[in-house]
Amino acid sequence: MMIQYILRRILTAIPVLFGILLVTFALARLIPGDPCRAILGEKATQAVCDRFIAAHGLDKPIYTQFGVYLGEIARGDFGMSFRYGMPVTRLLVERLPTTFELSLSALFLSLIIGIPLGIISAVKHNTWADVGTMIWANTGVSMPVFWLGLMLMYVFSLLLKGTPFWLPPSGRVTAGLLAPAFYEVWKWNVSATGFLRSLLEFFGRMNILNALLTSNWKLLGDAIKHLILPAVALGTIPMALIARMTRSSMLDVLGQDYIRTARAKGLARLVVVLKHAFRNSLLPLVTVIGLSLGSLLGGAVLTETIFGLSGVGRTLYEAITARDYGIVQAFTVVIAVFFVVLNLIVDISYAYLDPRVRLN
Amino acid sequence: MTTTQTQIPKLDVEGISLKSVSLWQITWRRLFKRKSALVGMVILGILVIIALTAQWLAPYSPYQVLIGLEPVKQRQAPCIHLLGCPADQPQHIAGVDGNVRDQFSRLLYGTRLSLMIGLSTISFAIVIGTILGALAGYFGGWVDTIIMRVMDVLLAFPSLLLAIAIVTVLGPGLINALLAIGIVSIPSYARVVRSSVISVREMDFVSATRALGGNSYEILFKRILPNALTPLIVQGTLGIATAILDAAALSFLGLGAQPPTPEWGSMLGAERNQVFTAPHLVFYPGLAIMLTVLSFNLLGDGLRDALDPRLAHMSG
Repeated sequence: MMIQYILRRILTAIPVLFGILLVTFALARLIPGDPCRAILGEKATQAVCDRFIAAHGLDKPIYTQFGVYLGEIARGDFGMSFRYGMPVTRLLVERLPTTFELSLSALFLSLIIGIPLGIISAVKHNTWADVGTMIWANTGVSMPVFWLGLMLMYVFSLLLKGTPFWLPPSGRVTAGLLAPAFYEVWKWNVSATGFLRSLLEFFGRMNILNALLTSNWKLLGDAIKHLILPAVALGTIPMALIARMTRSSMLDVLGQDYIRTARAKGLARLVVVLKHAFRNSLLPLVTVIGLSLGSLLGGAVLTETIFGLSGVGRTLYEAITARDYGIVQAFTVVIAVFFVVLNLIVDISYAYLDPRVRLN
Repeated sequence: MTTTQTQIPKLDVEGISLKSVSLWQITWRRLFKRKSALVGMVILGILVIIALTAQWLAPYSPYQVLIGLEPVKQRQAPCIHLLGCPADQPQHIAGVDGNVRDQFSRLLYGTRLSLMIGLSTISFAIVIGTILGALAGYFGGWVDTIIMRVMDVLLAFPSLLLAIAIVTVLGPGLINALLAIGIVSIPSYARVVRSSVISVREMDFVSATRALGGNSYEILFKRILPNALTPLIVQGTLGIATAILDAAALSFLGLGAQPPTPEWGSMLGAERNQVFTAPHLVFYPGLAIMLTVLSFNLLGDGLRDALDPRLAHMSG
């Protein structure tokens, strides 16, 4: 039953994935302006531009271009970035870890703070703790990410300068602290190119993971210090959403008869709250986490711009303004596919948690 | 149509007043009982008043450059006479911006723009989304499949990213940003309308209209769609909040409203590198955005609870 459900969900995701490819391809082609002169400069001669266009296959009919594009993506080849003059896949390996690290820590923060707040708020319904949490959560969901980021920067990087609470306003690590990646430290023998190398580099570029693997505590502390402000800025909206959803679904569950029964048979309050009530209110929470992913990926553009992080979001934004088709297409596709896959996982875990979903 | 009027026996119970109460009256009452919704309405009310009277409230024109008119410096910090600012200095409640304009006046005018942005994008999205959702839900079959697949694709992109991409195609500017946010918001309304159309499509009162010879138009617009009104109002109010946030983000990135338009996101974006030297230029526009978004969020949540028949017994 479960496998059938998973297969069905994957099948329905295929037309969506095709649609994503079509939309990103169309959007990249519709961006006004001449890609040749945007890349090579306004003074590029016609002959140079003709060669440029032929070299990138831009003179072929649009459906042929789309076909070529599909074929390339199937082979994992996202083409060249006009602007950086390197394969887009390389650029992804370079920039994706930053966004990954940022989004994951934001999600982590929002879960470890949002869920307990929501539970406390539901258990202490209508007390000052509840009211306070809800005021905070409502303000949280209404906060512009870019404003929160800048204000955090002002408080922690300027006002608290000279105190132990000072936090760096930009970048990922302090210059000079960046250590070699774990596979270099461990003297692994990997070739300089190829998929395995890219994969290792991908993980090696996540500073926190790398620092943990190589027991580089100085780097770890520094990387975390750099990550706190952006992660808080990016995580506040999901955190508030999660707190609100946990509270309302806990309130629903806490009113059920079986909770009263559990209390009546003398179980400790904490056991009832955590084992009986919280586990049953997990379902809506999974949905909210799925919804938050969108705001995380969208917010990454803003957060990365403010905190000077070269992640996927900021690179995409810069590529759009510079009309770098290759990056725009590839990065949008990767982000959207990522989003679809994550939502698929959310749906499947939903079905796993609630059998009614998969039987429907 | 000729019908025989049957006499409905009048209830005559002494001491009980049987005043009929409409759904909207009930909703109003419940809305007023909720403190958070009340706070939302008060903030929104103040914002609407500010928007309507900005030209009288604002001490300066939002475009007025004060160089040579007053002894003020670029990005001067707020000067409020009541809070001890020397009386011989000109009062600027929210300071002076990078182009030596009175920021308070620009903030006031920004209210107008922000509310208009929220209302216009969401009205656009609701109209298009309702049409698409109604078509999909009512006709079903391949119409439904095609429309909803397109909606799925739109939903597959994080909304802000898709809006950025659309604005890039259309070109930066406030109108294009609004269009982009409108397009991005369509799917959620289409979904809401479709599901309520499907839920009532086969109900008896719809079949009755059909049996009485009602055409598709009448059935759809007079019988089915009113049922989608409640979820649409809730979704729309919350949608305005998101739209204002996204529009501000686009303007912040330089893709939305262009300077010198007094738009909060664009004001904030223009001065973001000055956050360490002139924090007031970042703080106030952001605070204004937050309050506006908050008011719609509180109102939307309140409406959702007030319109939810399952919560009818709850007074809190």
